[in-house]
Amino acid sequence: MTPVTPKSPGVVERRRVRVVGGLPRPRPSAGSGARRPGNRTPWLYLAPALVVLGGLLVYPIYQLGLMSFFQYTQAQVSGGEPTTFEGFGNYAELFSDSQFWQVLLATVLFAAACVVSTLAAGCALAVLLTRVRAVPRLVLMLAALGAWATPAVTGSTVWLFLFDPDFGPVNRIFGLGDYSWTYGRLSAFFLVLLEVVWCSFPFVMVTVYAGIRAVPSEVLEAAALDGASQWRIWRSVLTPMLRPILMVVTIQSVIWDFKVFTQIYVITNGGGIAGQNLVLNVYAYQQAFASSQYSLGSAIGVVMLLILLAVTLVYLRLLRRQGEEL
Amino acid sequence: MKLSRRLPALLLAGLVVTACAPQTSDNSSSDKDEKTGTLRVWLFQEVGNQPKEKVVDSVVADFEKAHSGTEVDVEYIPVETRAQRVKAAFNDPKSAPDVIEYGNTDTAGYVKDGGLLDVTQEFGDWNESKDTDPTAKQSVTVDGKVYGAPFYVGVRALYYRTDIFQELGLEVPRTMAELASTARQIRAERPDLYGLVVGGAYTYGALPFIWANGGELATGKGGSYVSAIDSAAAQKGIKEYTSLFGDDNCPAAKCAGMGGNDTITAFASGKAGMAIGGDFSHTAVEAGAVKGKYAVVPLPGVEAGSIAPAFAGGNNIGVLKSTSHRTLAVDLMEQLASKQTQASMFDAMGFLPTFADVRQEVSAKEPYVKPFAQTLEAGTKFVPASPAWAQIDSSLVLPTMFQEVVSGRKDVAAAAGDAAKKMDDAFGSAG
Repeated sequence: MTPVTPKSPGVVERRRVRVVGGLPRPRPSAGSGARRPGNRTPWLYLAPALVVLGGLLVYPIYQLGLMSFFQYTQAQVSGGEPTTFEGFGNYAELFSDSQFWQVLLATVLFAAACVVSTLAAGCALAVLLTRVRAVPRLVLMLAALGAWATPAVTGSTVWLFLFDPDFGPVNRIFGLGDYSWTYGRLSAFFLVLLEVVWCSFPFVMVTVYAGIRAVPSEVLEAAALDGASQWRIWRSVLTPMLRPILMVVTIQSVIWDFKVFTQIYVITNGGGIAGQNLVLNVYAYQQAFASSQYSLGSAIGVVMLLILLAVTLVYLRLLRRQGEEL
Repeated sequence: MKLSRRLPALLLAGLVVTACAPQTSDNSSSDKDEKTGTLRVWLFQEVGNQPKEKVVDSVVADFEKAHSGTEVDVEYIPVETRAQRVKAAFNDPKSAPDVIEYGNTDTAGYVKDGGLLDVTQEFGDWNESKDTDPTAKQSVTVDGKVYGAPFYVGVRALYYRTDIFQELGLEVPRTMAELASTARQIRAERPDLYGLVVGGAYTYGALPFIWANGGELATGKGGSYVSAIDSAAAQKGIKEYTSLFGDDNCPAAKCAGMGGNDTITAFASGKAGMAIGGDFSHTAVEAGAVKGKYAVVPLPGVEAGSIAPAFAGGNNIGVLKSTSHRTLAVDLMEQLASKQTQASMFDAMGFLPTFADVRQEVSAKEPYVKPFAQTLEAGTKFVPASPAWAQIDSSLVLPTMFQEVVSGRKDVAAAAGDAAKKMDDAFGSAG
């Protein structure tokens, strides 16, 4: 990468911020003492935001981490028994539990399927939005916003009714008799996936649509004049130009879908037959709140946090590498 | 990004620097014993709560008259959120009530949480307590100490459709084997009905099958329980219950996920020939499509004429450890759980009294109580009085076991073995 000096203006300055986010700090240069005062100013401006974030984010996470190192159940909270330090005991218990690994695997696969489907649906509909007339566009927008605005519990309940083996219209329309969607593991996950995609594609669609609208039309026109197909335009013109937006929606989707709770909880009635549809968040809820094992639940929370951070960092890094090759 | 990258470092630094533990509240028992002031009471909000409020109001009025300078403030808390409310009360003794109603399977857990007051002495001195039936007393007892007074009991029995039995020329089953064959016969002749509606998540409907075959959930006393769910006798019961799931009675695809309420709903709406329901389900069934077309008998045991041991559910009244009105609160507990209150509570709400003599009186008045009273007299069972039970219950160990067998994922031995291991883990960690 090109070495950048902090005084470089404009575009280069922007790139430097990304370097700090994604990679270790650049080697300190020899004259670091001289630019100290200048470096403090951004922190001063950031201070109010950092204080708020610190209170709302760091402190709860600190408590979460703290709890995960103790034996901390309802008996400890209400003072029935003394709190004991367990070290990594909760983590050891968690990692030796075969169910945890099954749930983790299911969560990763399920989240990956959800992210891919959501992005595919969202991007496809965003492109469609740019190519239809005003009235269908309005209808599509309204439908998407309706799905977006529906609370997850309501959406899941309606979904459950639609696919009900006895009274649901879906089985009646497709002539599936009294097929029970929530009985099989895959069909239950598929049902939840449909609901998750339904309620999260609008965010992707609206964001990507806004991005496409901001792309200068002469670029697209030039591509079209050169005879590029719609798919080719998307792949070679729009995707590179929309990279920052796609990055944001992907990371958002990864985080959302990894943390999916309501849909699983409602549709599969708390984790499905014999716990077959448990995902990490529902599992953590069962451990932490239903069973009052707050410390074990916290340990699951910390593991989730670390996984999500790792995914995000790796993703950012990959994006940067690609960016440099282009 | 900047912030999140620093988090692990901050976290570690925080842990290293501070030797502090997460917060706990001081829930030691109060040494105050005030003889006047306000007593706060939490009771459960039932469906159709008015009659209950009336009975409670008259008890409270008498109590306030007998103790001048005291006031009783009764609050009805929703049943669904009771766990959070009670936990919150334990966490913050200052805003906690003095007297609470609680589900009897929660007793051991609440005691371990340090929330309930030991009233062994007062319960022994109470002149009415000698008539309390043994299972009800067991449900307020942990490690030989008494932590409340039983308020009412609930047991389950077999509901069946008289019209369908007549139409198909069926006899009321007298053994568990007959129960299964009768169920299949109903399903065979009336495919639109479940024979006996069962649920994979209906733990308390399944337990009688295990107990009737001589199985136990766990063996041991006090703090040291060992799971017995994988014993040969228990496995026989599990097999008997899970064999009821299938296209010839209650299709697994629909019934595996059902809980107790789902089975009652199915029966009440006329979708089942038989169901296992409680005395507390009476109102729901009466309000359904099958009103006047059903009867109730005790759930048959293995031998002809025997009754399968039922689970003795129900609620208790207890005093919180943090109360500053110990004497008054215990007295109010006794008034709320007295013979007289329980008799009027039965008239008002249909709650079965925990006193054997009172129960006999009321079942003479209301014939529908008879099968439930018979079930109680034949001997009931209770879940292990261990704080681990709450954890076993909420982490769905038994429903998971039944569902694994029903869906064909594991055989009975493997599923029972796994469940036993999970139960032992819980017993081990919760002590």
